Amino acid sequence: MSAAFVTFDDVSLAYDAAGNAIEDINLSIHEGEFVAFVGPSGCGKSTFMKLCTGLHAPTTGAVRVDGEPVTGPLKISGMAFQNANLLPWRTTLDNVLLPLEIVKPYRHQFRKRREEFVGWARKLLKTVGLEGYEEQYPWQLSGGMQQRASICRALIHQPRLLMLDEPFGALDAFTREELWCVLRDLWEAQRFTVVLVTHDLREAAFLADTVYIMSRRPGRVIERREIELPRPRALETTYRKPFIDLVQELRAQIGEVRST
Amino acid sequence: MLKLAKCAALNKSPQHLMKGALMTKNNQLIERLAPWIAVVALVVIWEVTVRVFDVPSFIFPSALETAQALVTYSGPIAMHSWQTFWTTLIGFGLGVAVGLVLGFIIGSSRFLYNACYPLLVGFNAIPKVAFVPILVVWFGIGSVPAILTAFLICFFPIVVNVATGLATLEPEMEDVLRVLGARRIDVLLKVGLPRSLPYFFASLKVAITLAFVGTVVSETVASNQGIGYLMMSAGSQMRMGLVFAGLLVISAMAMVMYELFAQLEKRMTGWAHRGQNR
Ligand SMILES: Nc1ncnc2c1ncn2[C@@H]1O[C@H](COP(=O)(O)OP(=O)(O)OP(=O)(O)O)[C@@H](O)[C@H]1O
Ligand SMILES: [Mg+2]
Repeated sequence: MSAAFVTFDDVSLAYDAAGNAIEDINLSIHEGEFVAFVGPSGCGKSTFMKLCTGLHAPTTGAVRVDGEPVTGPLKISGMAFQNANLLPWRTTLDNVLLPLEIVKPYRHQFRKRREEFVGWARKLLKTVGLEGYEEQYPWQLSGGMQQRASICRALIHQPRLLMLDEPFGALDAFTREELWCVLRDLWEAQRFTVVLVTHDLREAAFLADTVYIMSRRPGRVIERREIELPRPRALETTYRKPFIDLVQELRAQIGEVRST
Repeated sequence: MLKLAKCAALNKSPQHLMKGALMTKNNQLIERLAPWIAVVALVVIWEVTVRVFDVPSFIFPSALETAQALVTYSGPIAMHSWQTFWTTLIGFGLGVAVGLVLGFIIGSSRFLYNACYPLLVGFNAIPKVAFVPILVVWFGIGSVPAILTAFLICFFPIVVNVATGLATLEPEMEDVLRVLGARRIDVLLKVGLPRSLPYFFASLKVAITLAFVGTVVSETVASNQGIGYLMMSAGSQMRMGLVFAGLLVISAMAMVMYELFAQLEKRMTGWAHRGQNR
């Protein structure tokens, strides 16, 4: 396994006088790892994402990404949220191309290499099942389709770090499972580092290499759990006994968090 | 798995959008004619009321008398309308330019937004007529006070709309861009500005009508040209038919310009009205 890619040393963050939102976080994520964060609502999962991407600075402790201390917003990550947040005046294709208009070095090549970039976007949209919808506007797409486009937008510039904050939270169960597989296949192919925040234990166990369980506010990591299931994982495994047992164990741990 | 996804997605092709078009043609026709019907009804009520109560024409002319004045004095009316029209357009143009720039500056920073908003509201509360005497002292009688009054009265809605559109950006959208290394100006140009365009175009409709108000108000006290002046002098000679003709012309101009900008708004920002044409 490669060296640590993201490291947190004794990181705490207090937004205001109300106390720490997140506390004593020590962990390291290696390059290409798929980690998932689960925990009760308000425990600081989104806060963790902000620290990780440099959108917020820690109150104490240090965050390092790729060996460098994080001082401002990272420029190597892609992000997707529970809301797809697509721009309604851009077509799906143009929405996916947006990062290439901003990220260096692509932004300076955008005019010249546009054809090539469009090719990338179309290919990516095809892998998530959005072929033929490139010229549609986001409001002409269903919620699940918008979320697929949003994931494409997070990946188009081939980020080394993909941050997903409950990206499937607003979707129905079938679409969600479909998108798990889409994400799994993309990750298997490119092996970027993923930090996934979720409420869904099955989702965490199915996708991740490592699941972190967080306590209620102030959020601490109370459990680190490696998922040993062999890869590539088929969706069917989620209905088999070892997987179900695993989810139940995780569930029991969350239950302890909630009751204390 | 992926194939399944595609099939499911294809079922939702844009065909379902066309159901709305099944509305009967009759209904559509009536809807289109409704404004004209209202105008005709208003004119009829006007004419009938004046005749039934036998109102003297130097107090309230009938619709017919107004129409007669419109024809008789068509030459002077056209000249004065043209004067009002171009002064309004220049004032409006200035208002748009200044409003856009000021709105962009104020909306691009939270600090400026908070600092300037109360000032703007206070400024807007001043009746713009109060500026006319000052403008006359500075620039004399003529087109300049009219242009400036139109400008002063119409730039406020534009500033407020553009600034609000920029300042109410979703923080998540901003985060998405910032982790890509976007600078503030990238965020404003890629997201803030396009996002505030519907607000901007909506404010143009309001601003153009306000600009007409500004011009006419200024003309009534500080000009010897324009519809405002025409109405003022006709009124002092008790030629109420002509006064009312002026009123009609000014409202017709404002209506046409309003409709023009409403169409422009629809063309430019169709994505913002998606709820209605589904
Ligand atoms: N900008 C902010 N200012 C002040 N407090 C904040 C801010 N953002 C979050 N908090 C607080 O920090 C805590 C953690 O919030 P966070 O959004 O990280 O939770 P979360 O785990 O993502 O919750 P959820 O699962 O509901 O999304 C909460 O108690 C919240 O009230
Ligand atoms: Mg959250």
